[in-house]
Amino acid sequence: MSDKNGKNILGMNQNDFNMFTRRYGIVFIMIAMFVLLSVTSPNFLKLNNITNVFSTVALNGVLAMGMVFVITAGGIDLSIGSMLALASTTIGITLKYNGNILMASLVSIIICAIFGLLNGLLIAKFNMFPFVVTLASQLVIRGLGYVISGGYSFALANPSFSRIGLGKIGIIPYPILILLSVTIIAYILLHWTKFGRYVYAVGGNINAATASGVDVFWTRVGTFVISGICAGIAGIIMTARINAAQPNIGVGYETDAIAACVIGGTSFAGGISTIPGTLVGIIIIGLIYNGMNLLGISSYWQMISKGLLIIGAVMIDTLINKRR
Amino acid sequence: MSEQPQINQHQYEYILDCQNVSKSFGGTRALIDVDFRVKKGQVHALLGENGAGKSTLMKIIIGLYKADKGTILFEGKPYSVKGPAEATKWGVSMIHQELNPEPYLSIAESIFLKREDTIKRTPFLNKKETNRKAAELLEHFNFTISPTTLMEELTLAQMQLIEIIKAVSANARLVIMDEPTSSLDSEETERLFRTIRNLKEQGVTIIYISHRMEEIFQICDSYSVFRDGRFIGTGDLAAVTQKDLISLMVGRVVENVFPKTDCEIGEIAFQVEGLTGKGFTDISFEVRHGEILGLSGLVGSGRSETMRGIFGMDPLTSGKIYLEGQEIQIKNPKDAINKGIAMINEDRKNYGLCLYRSLRENISLPNLRKKFKKLLIDQRREKKEVGSHAEKLRVKAASIEADAFSLSGGNQQKVVLAKWLMSDPKVLIMDEPTRGVDVGAKAEIHTLMCEFAAEGMAIIMISSELPEIMGMSDRILIYHEGRINGEFLREQILDGSVTQETILAKEFGAKDEVVENVR
Repeated sequence: MSDKNGKNILGMNQNDFNMFTRRYGIVFIMIAMFVLLSVTSPNFLKLNNITNVFSTVALNGVLAMGMVFVITAGGIDLSIGSMLALASTTIGITLKYNGNILMASLVSIIICAIFGLLNGLLIAKFNMFPFVVTLASQLVIRGLGYVISGGYSFALANPSFSRIGLGKIGIIPYPILILLSVTIIAYILLHWTKFGRYVYAVGGNINAATASGVDVFWTRVGTFVISGICAGIAGIIMTARINAAQPNIGVGYETDAIAACVIGGTSFAGGISTIPGTLVGIIIIGLIYNGMNLLGISSYWQMISKGLLIIGAVMIDTLINKRR
Repeated sequence: MSEQPQINQHQYEYILDCQNVSKSFGGTRALIDVDFRVKKGQVHALLGENGAGKSTLMKIIIGLYKADKGTILFEGKPYSVKGPAEATKWGVSMIHQELNPEPYLSIAESIFLKREDTIKRTPFLNKKETNRKAAELLEHFNFTISPTTLMEELTLAQMQLIEIIKAVSANARLVIMDEPTSSLDSEETERLFRTIRNLKEQGVTIIYISHRMEEIFQICDSYSVFRDGRFIGTGDLAAVTQKDLISLMVGRVVENVFPKTDCEIGEIAFQVEGLTGKGFTDISFEVRHGEILGLSGLVGSGRSETMRGIFGMDPLTSGKIYLEGQEIQIKNPKDAINKGIAMINEDRKNYGLCLYRSLRENISLPNLRKKFKKLLIDQRREKKEVGSHAEKLRVKAASIEADAFSLSGGNQQKVVLAKWLMSDPKVLIMDEPTRGVDVGAKAEIHTLMCEFAAEGMAIIMISSELPEIMGMSDRILIYHEGRINGEFLREQILDGSVTQETILAKEFGAKDEVVENVR
């Protein structure tokens, strides 16, 4: 294995340096934002604010951890926002008739997983475009949410359910613990298992994956099921936080999840992503929201800046790919 | 190469004159002070192993890369372009190895893309005029086809001809051809050569990049050799032999072009009976342990299609497959791999590698199911096994964590080989195992094939290069229009009773009597 001579930057040769910036550049951006916000806003570093940032992040984070599997395998899932709503109404109804928190949570996760499965089957079996399939299925899913709730939102029958959203162990809120667990499981699944390898192979080059004996069909379906499960979990967190079952929540949440993936270095072409990168992407988005709130910038401008941020991140991704 | 003519007149003899051109990528020096000159009106062969710097220099010339330093003169004028479009304006065009036509444009639209005729003083296209001009050009190149035919209906060879016509119609005076014959069969190659001679008569200069020595001596006038990013030498082809060129390229003398060794041929390992599918009919053959079976035929004669069918990539309509005497069912590549069959696809980029993933992931991909039974992949063992296979095949890479993308063609092919070798196959199908691979790596791959055979592997090799088929096979099957039209043994080739001509005649569908006459 040969050694290449080149310019030295910070004690590394140029190739290593490029790889280093590609891999960790985003971490520096996150740290820079942290420092910037600590200096400009005196309230930022208060414990209350920090836990608040991370609790908001938790919801988007769980969604993004599902989304990163789908995008890595070369797909996209626009239906997760609707799944939040369906999960929420499912929880409301199950709690009303059964009252068991665990049961309600499981049922909502399973229902979202089933819709993920249906998305995946349609896409992989008939080779339809994921964009179109999930664009359509989000209508079906949200519509179902309205149907089973009769269109109304209602307060939860079991008030202790809300502890999932607001409770803490020590100073750490439950949602953050849920995000951490989901992140660890996602990390192991994507980086350490055969399934993860197949996800990268399918997204990287679907023909080569087939020719290498990878079960492309079930790998693609699997990513959508994972996305559904994550949407179900996120739905539980969200329902618990607002302490009500609502069929109209979660609109536009897929955008944040996609943005987190892309900012975290996930390539839209498929085959390139990391779980730590995605986590950093999520935190960066959380910091942007929080920073703007602290600085008193209106939510309208937040929306605009989020859009610009996604465009910027995709542009960087394209430029990096072009250079290769 | 140190002499540098300063007289202008002398330079005008050269259509292209590159001096001291250098280019680095990151830490890798792709070109080091290269001088490269091409005389006007010649067909100039550009030779070198993969990674020698040929493509880098050509990409600088058509403006895809920018040289770090050095000067380029085109027809005596300082030349520097920012992209292929500007290069075309200067009169420089490149025919790429892999063509990317717009499939739904007609031939005429494709030729005149971005130089469309419009109806006077309106923005509307004048299709009639475009078609008329295209028809004229097609006729000039003896290509009988309607200019309104869609590009997607053409064969690769025809698309290539359209590319050449396009270049010439844009008044190209220098045409660079990168491995133009790599996807052509012998008849199409002959046709391309006629076109090249035609261009030469019109005064067009051609830079011809190829790894096929026979072709270079057939069509080229002069040569330049590159090695490891440096210019090594230039001259007239009439003054050198094939062996001279090869030793210039690899920097050592390569004695035997084909290292085929005779090894013990054992029991029947693999057998098919009456295989039929899209593009092939009633194919039966067997391969033994330790045997290399060569499949020869024109492109599209059904060789690759049969292998894709066997490997489960395309459906079979009928026929039986036996592995070591047992009938087996193969529905998809997964089944084939589980049974111990491996296939190196002819299309490395699309079917061989995930270019943006590491060597480690690429090599272990087909072997995860068999070798790593636990839920979590044992990464330390994976690194060790992948590393030892990469080393065994002498893959040149920064590390096994490097992207497959960063390797040269020959090394990429070795990675593909490594990944299938790691699966310990009983039957190894190799479709064009040395396509786009340089001379040195080619010899290494041939040596490895012999090693595999000696270990008892049954090898089926498809190749469009007759010397490779004749030099490497224990037995040769000839395909013609989806059927097997002949079988030759290595002994017949060694004793000279079967020649290139005999095989070609069979490929074109000759019956046995005709073949006798050719002999």
